[in-house]
Amino acid sequence: MTAKKRILVKGAEAIALGALKADVDCYFGYPITPQSDIPELMARELPKRGKVFLQAESELAAINMVLGAAATGKRAMTTSSSPGISLMGEAFSYIAALELPAVVVNVMRGGPGLGGIEVSQGDYFQAVKGGGHGDYHLLVLAPCNAQEQYEFTARAFELAEKYRNPVMVLSDAILAQMKEPLELKKLKIKRYSVEEWALTGAKGRPSRFIRSLFLDAEELKEKNLTLQKKYKKMEKEARAEFIIEGGEEVIVVAFGSMARLAKEACEILKQKGYAVGMIRPITLFPFPKKAIEKVLEASAERPPVFIVPELNCGQMVEDVKLCVEGRAKVISLPYPPSVIPFPEDLEKEIKKCLKSSSIRQRA
Amino acid sequence: MPEKFFHPPKSLKDTPFHYCPGCSHSIAHRVLCEVIDELGIQEKALGIASIGCSCFLYFYIDVDIVEAPHGRACAAATGAKRANPDMVVFTYQGDGDFGAIGWGESFHAALRGEKITAIMMNNTLYGMTGGQASPTTIPEQKTTTTPFGKDPSESGYPLRAAEILAGLEGVAFSGRFALNNPKRILETKKAIKKAFLAQIKGLGFGFVEILSACPINWKMDPISALKRVDELTQVFPLGTFKDEVKEGQP
Amino acid sequence: MKLEVILSGFGGQGILFAGNLLAQTGMVADYNVTYLPVYGPEMRGGTCNCTVIISDKEIASPIVKKPSFLIIMNYPSLVKFLPRLKHNGRAIINSDLVSSESVEDLEALKKKYRLYFVPVNSLAESIEKPFLANLCMIGAFYKITGLFSKEQFKKALKAILGEKKAHLFEPNLKAFELGAEYIESHYSASKKGKCKSRK
Repeated sequence: MTAKKRILVKGAEAIALGALKADVDCYFGYPITPQSDIPELMARELPKRGKVFLQAESELAAINMVLGAAATGKRAMTTSSSPGISLMGEAFSYIAALELPAVVVNVMRGGPGLGGIEVSQGDYFQAVKGGGHGDYHLLVLAPCNAQEQYEFTARAFELAEKYRNPVMVLSDAILAQMKEPLELKKLKIKRYSVEEWALTGAKGRPSRFIRSLFLDAEELKEKNLTLQKKYKKMEKEARAEFIIEGGEEVIVVAFGSMARLAKEACEILKQKGYAVGMIRPITLFPFPKKAIEKVLEASAERPPVFIVPELNCGQMVEDVKLCVEGRAKVISLPYPPSVIPFPEDLEKEIKKCLKSSSIRQRA
Repeated sequence: MPEKFFHPPKSLKDTPFHYCPGCSHSIAHRVLCEVIDELGIQEKALGIASIGCSCFLYFYIDVDIVEAPHGRACAAATGAKRANPDMVVFTYQGDGDFGAIGWGESFHAALRGEKITAIMMNNTLYGMTGGQASPTTIPEQKTTTTPFGKDPSESGYPLRAAEILAGLEGVAFSGRFALNNPKRILETKKAIKKAFLAQIKGLGFGFVEILSACPINWKMDPISALKRVDELTQVFPLGTFKDEVKEGQP
Repeated sequence: MKLEVILSGFGGQGILFAGNLLAQTGMVADYNVTYLPVYGPEMRGGTCNCTVIISDKEIASPIVKKPSFLIIMNYPSLVKFLPRLKHNGRAIINSDLVSSESVEDLEALKKKYRLYFVPVNSLAESIEKPFLANLCMIGAFYKITGLFSKEQFKKALKAILGEKKAHLFEPNLKAFELGAEYIESHYSASKKGKCKSRK
């Protein structure tokens, strides 16, 4: 192993460092466990750089502060955890409709309601289906370690500007509270020009406005179609980690911290001779359909069984089913918050599925 | 040709208002634009439109404007101003937007002494949605959701925003004004100017509450509505409740 | 090489600090590491544990069902985690709070595991630093596993203490050394199980 310059940080800190790497201009947030390390680090670092840190009176205020700052073309972000993200739903819809770039991090904890502070992936639906009212989407990135939390958060600013759309980094209590080595890599984060739309004062140009109210039916229809075109365009950002050699009889699909546990389980199974592969969606919206399509195309004669373990009651499994379109069996492995399965438990469950679909062991 | 000596404000767009006859929004818009012109801030102003009859602010006022969700104008203004301390940021809200759904954001922006200007049009009800009760609805007032007259012991007492905000250290200017006669219009203009100077001079939050006529929802003709504004001053006294802004240009 | 360590004790015994330090040291020694604290509303007095994984490969799961190493600071931790220890796994046990006599079926356990009883409280008290029992544990871990060098440990300790707590470096190091010496003098036969330390 070559000696790299690494620091040991919590995932939450990696998120903050990623945002700093992307030269974030403003951070607005409100304390909530288990993400408070992010505002704490921002409170120390941003003022030193002449940037804005402000603890808002609520998540509601925080996300609308982001809206205000984003409207002026600044790089603005907020972070929160599940209940706080729910409060932001309204503004997500507005920011998407106003077509402003913004970065939001959700460090998921158990729900519904106040739930708990344990790890959970219960906000999958909320994240990928938008979370607020109307036909809109957030671009959702799902990191699975400190390094990715750092890099994806930084990248989120670029994507937000590229598409003028809010981008969510979907972390969770394990990923944010766990410490791992982080290499503070130089990242090329592109800055898209905001000159054409940012509200910086009508100097040397006519005044402009950014709105989401369209009382005229035709105008509102056009607005929606424009947004849909954009989401279609976003599909090229779809990414997945693909751990497949070919001939797999079971494909595990998992994201975030569950992907870490599932990877371990798959390794154990592989060592025991099972033909198991894995797809880890890295973007949750757009969902990496092509990765699943690729597997199905390569195994049209004898499609694998897709097993979808999640730290929730079964959410992403629905998107997997949408991609599979009935061409293969899709099995949900739900783990509601509070009890995290060990990789061995997962291995056992996956094996059960292997048996029930009469899959033989690899010779 | 006779010389033209009366001009509409430069920052007021030449667009017919959609407001109802006798509504105070149009006068308030005009006064606001006169202040923007006089302070020379058209090129660095950012308006935050809110939800209510005035959400089409951007069709009339010729400065950069973004629309905030219902009640969140002061939060959006906070974000914009913090990110751009050199800009002049103002909100234009109704009493429901500022004082009901958005009271948390409004109050805390004032508490923090955000260098922004907030204008709250107080017509004692929700105008755009058809005249429902708001926190500024006065006792015994009939609205569509207080059909038998507002009973404060049940629906609460009227919110006196200007007096409350005047009690906060972060607020540099706070007062209540009206637009139902020429003298009051001039006073309102002066107040709006001060509320802008409060932020331009970096003194703090500037707040102007404007008693505003809503003939349609009050079910009155415009003249009677103007008279009713006089009656409202019994519950909402006019005046400057806090003024830390020294006269003179910035 | 992959070592899964669970550290457990009362809140306030420096479990999280020790886990953090172990992970930092592992990183300095150029391993992949994960450090997963179990956190909760209680700040002091509650039970507290964390998981540190040190590996020369990518670490998938940061959660471990069967750890290969335990650092046990009190009796409830022993009850909770010893049954989960891997066969042939190793455990350092705070003998000031868990005497070997109090452990049921000790002889049977000794056949399954390698147990090291170290009086870390007494060792720390001998240098008048009762709060550094956790560092004695790290010292013992160092001697037993040989996963890293003393220099690497010192580098990690310095990084963790930072400038603000730099004055604590010497006492921490001293406690570390006491733990290491205790293993050296009481369990020298275990040397054969040592891993080679990295440069």
